[in-house]
Order: sequence, then C-alpha cells, then structure tokens
Amino acid sequence: MEPVAVRARALPARRKSANAVFQGLCYAATALGLTALCLILGSLLYNGVGGLSLRVFTEITPGPGSQGGLLNAIVGSLIMTVLGVAVGTPIGILAGTFMAEYGRYKRITPVVRFINDILLSAPSIIIGLFVYELVVVPMGGFSALAGGAALAIIVIPVVIRTTEDMLLLVPNQLREAAASIGAPRSVIIRSVCYKAAQAGIVTGVLLAVARVSGETAPLLFTALGNLNFSLRLTSPMASLPLTINQFASSAYPEWQSLAWTGALIITAAVLLLSIVARVLVSKRSGR
Amino acid sequence: MSISATSAPILPSIATNGAPIPHAAPAREKVKIEGLNFFYGQNQALKDITLSLRENQVTAFIGPSGCGKSTLLRVLNRIYELYPNQRAEGRVLLDGEDILDPKQDRNVLRARIGMVFQKPTPFPMTIYENIAFGVRLYENLPRAEMNDRVEHALRGAALWTEVKDKLHASGTSLSGGQQQRLCIARTVAVKPEVILFDEPCSALDPISTSRIEELIDELSSSYTIAIVTHNMQQAARVSEHTAFMYLGELVEFGDTQAIFTAPKKKQTEQYITGRFG
Repeated sequence: MEPVAVRARALPARRKSANAVFQGLCYAATALGLTALCLILGSLLYNGVGGLSLRVFTEITPGPGSQGGLLNAIVGSLIMTVLGVAVGTPIGILAGTFMAEYGRYKRITPVVRFINDILLSAPSIIIGLFVYELVVVPMGGFSALAGGAALAIIVIPVVIRTTEDMLLLVPNQLREAAASIGAPRSVIIRSVCYKAAQAGIVTGVLLAVARVSGETAPLLFTALGNLNFSLRLTSPMASLPLTINQFASSAYPEWQSLAWTGALIITAAVLLLSIVARVLVSKRSGR
Repeated sequence: MSISATSAPILPSIATNGAPIPHAAPAREKVKIEGLNFFYGQNQALKDITLSLRENQVTAFIGPSGCGKSTLLRVLNRIYELYPNQRAEGRVLLDGEDILDPKQDRNVLRARIGMVFQKPTPFPMTIYENIAFGVRLYENLPRAEMNDRVEHALRGAALWTEVKDKLHASGTSLSGGQQQRLCIARTVAVKPEVILFDEPCSALDPISTSRIEELIDELSSSYTIAIVTHNMQQAARVSEHTAFMYLGELVEFGDTQAIFTAPKKKQTEQYITGRFG
C-alpha cells in the first residue's frame, strides 16, 4: 500500500519538472527561430531600404561603378516564374488528381508518391544540371525557356503533393453523394472535389511560386543571367536571385546595394504571397 | 447499439400513424433482388438475399450493426463500385432489367436510384447550386425552368420557406437537419424512381428526425423507398414492409405490422423487443 501512495505523491512533482523542462525547450527553440528570422529581416531592411527608389523599378542593371536599377532582373524573374508555374501547375494538379482519385487504390500510386517526395527534396542545382543537359545543350545556348523548365520541375512535386493531400482530405461521403445523383467520375472530381479542396490547392500553388521565385541554383545553368533588358525566351535572361548572387559577391558598392534591395523585393513578394495563402486557408477553415 | 425499444411503444405508433396497407391490390414489384451475394474481398457480407421493393411504398431494413443492411442498399445503386475489391453476385432487377449487368450505365442508373446518406453531405456550393448541379447533369434547362425545378425540389423537401431568401448562401451554412433536407431535395430534383435512405436521421435531433419521417411518408406517394434504420420505432412509423437482417442473411421479411406484432422467427422477436442485437 505504502509504495503506491508514495509514488502517487512523487509522480506529479516529477511530471511537473519534466513538463517545465519540455516547455522551456519549446520556448527556447521558438525564440531561437524567431531571433534568427528577425535578424535576417532586420539586416535586410537596414541594408535594402536605402537603395529602394523608383530607379530600381525603371532602370536596368548598371555596369560596374555606375547607377542603375533592377528592371531587367524583376521582369526576368516574373517571366520565368510565370513560365515555370504555368507549365508546372497543370501537370502537378493532374498528377495529384490521378494519385488521389483515379489511382488511389492502384499499386503504382505509393511508388509515384515516393519518387515525387524524392524530387521534392532534390537539391535544386541538380535540377539545373538536368535541364542543362535536356534543354540548354540541344538548343545550343542558355535561355529563359530553359530557366522556366527548371523552375517547372521544382513546381511540379510541390503541387502534386499538396493537390494529393488536399483531395485526400475531401470526405468520401461527398464523392458518394455526387455519384448517387448520377454524376460521372470526372464531374465529381471537377465540380465537387476540386471545389472542396480549392483553397488548399491554391495555397499549394502559391507556396510553389514562393519557392521558385527565390531559386538561384537551377537558373545558373539554364537562364544564365543577363545584364541587359531582354524579353526573348530563347536568349539568356536576368533574374533577381541570379543578379543578387552576382552583385552581392562583387566589389562594387553600387552592386552590393542593389543586391540588398533585390533581396528585399523578393522577400516582400514572398511574404505577400504567404499572406494571401494564409487568408485563403483561413477562409476555407472558417466556412 | 443502443436500443431502448420495447414492444410497448412500437405498437401504438403503428395504430396511430401506420397508413393502411392496400392488401387488396398489392403494389407492383419495382425492384426485385434475386439471390444476391456480396463480398468485401474474401469476406461475404450478403448471403443469398431475395426480396422485392414495392412501387410507391416504403421498405425498412433493420438489424444489428454489420448485418449487411447498408451494404444491401449500396448494391442497389452500385455505389460500392467506387471502391476496389467489392463485388456483387446475383440479380437486381429494376423494372425487369438487371442493374448489375456491366452493360448498364451506372451513372444513369444512379440518377434513377437516388440515395440519401447517414451524414448530411451538402456539396461545397450554394444552396441553389447544390440542387441545380444534379439537374444539369442530364437536362439542359433554361434559367426560369431551372429556378422552378429548384423551388419545386426545395418545397418537396419541406425546406423552401426556410431558405428561399438565401438560395445563394453556402449549403454548408445550414443546420444539420436542414442540410439533410437539402440532400433530399437534391436527390428528388433529378427525378429518381427509387430513393434509398441510409440511416438518414441518425445524425439528427428528434425534431429534425420527425420532419424527415414526415417527408419520407409524403415522398412514398411518388417514389419507391428503401430505408435502413437502427431505430425500430422509425421503421414501424414510416414503412409498409420490413426486412430483418442478421449476419448478412435475410431472417424475415413481411408487412411491417406483422413483423412488429407477430414475428414468425424467434430472432426477429428478440431483436425488436430489444433482447438481442
């Protein structure tokens, strides 16, 4: 009898201390993460805001030692991001739809999911090299198209994953209900499942946009970069991450300042997208 | 399995609410199930079921959980085909045509045999679209006619007065009982011949339940209805015929009144008096 009673008294104390330790670790980890984030954002603002001016958005990248902006890099980033997302999103959504709907019980689906997860975490420089072999070499030169292709390959696994996950969250009762009024499979998927998973899928696409808009490595071997303004898809094209990479490691203070500003612009754009994604998600759960 | 039923409250409810059964001219057999077996993989869930659903009458299926009554319903509109490793053997004749014949278009079949589920399942669309969606699948109606059809369906499901001012609000914004009536309206809107109810009230409060029961009673004048229920008073209240199932077999099938007052099988009697199941 007595040991039990003793343990009953001792246990809460031990549990309390264990609880306190665990809670402390959680707080410390959160604080660490937040501190790092604040330091990054702080130095970005500190170094980047000074260079922000209308010129950044209206002039192209300057030669060494002169003044200029980031127009060609911003436009190039937009073009290649749009290209990558426009190509990658339909492929990702369709493949995710196959996995969650038509192929849900097929044996190939777990295999596809496994391979997709590998692609999802593949170092992006390898994707750049892959596209170099696949597009740049046959085409005989670096191009915005190759850059877009590399970004598309990064978009695809992200969109596949979120599309599948979101469609799997759609309850089967909803599919049964739609089937029970005579809706064929494709209509059930398009009109009911997509609608139910809409916000989640859109969020996934936005996350993919955020991801590729900061990618540098896959563009090094594909779009190369361009110090001039170019809209030709078959020519090398500038992009913000490439310009930052080049300017930040240069010795010219004007370039370094522009690199900070470019980093600030990308971060602000990604932040904006994340907020849009958040709003969409909360709208969904609030319904 | 909570069955508070004793035979006492069941009997008066028949006396007060049971519609007279037209013994003189038995209704036509709308759906004829013949020697039906059903398998979940290796597991046999239905064993040689033979029975008929009569036109414009309500047939109730009762029995303990896992007895196969929901499975039987899911065969009737071939909804089980959404899943792998499920298979039905035997014949299910709708107006004399075997619906299990692979040549039958399952989508057209499902439009003819509607189903209402245990949990209300409004689509993630407006109230109006929830109903128009199914209609559009098979008919191309001008706007005004579609409006009429939606109103008619909502009236048929006794929901119109509650939602007529918010047809463009989300279907999921309704209460549980309203959602279930929306699902019934949606089913009725595609003009089915048979409606299957799979425990339609088990997620609803008593007031919503009695509204749905009244609705089933009204619907039975124009549709052939099958209802699976765990609530024996409900079976007694709404149905003309009752089938008692146990372990995948049809134990007893007959007039509801006969089943509840003078069951022929011992198992049936034990189940309806709450002594087993």
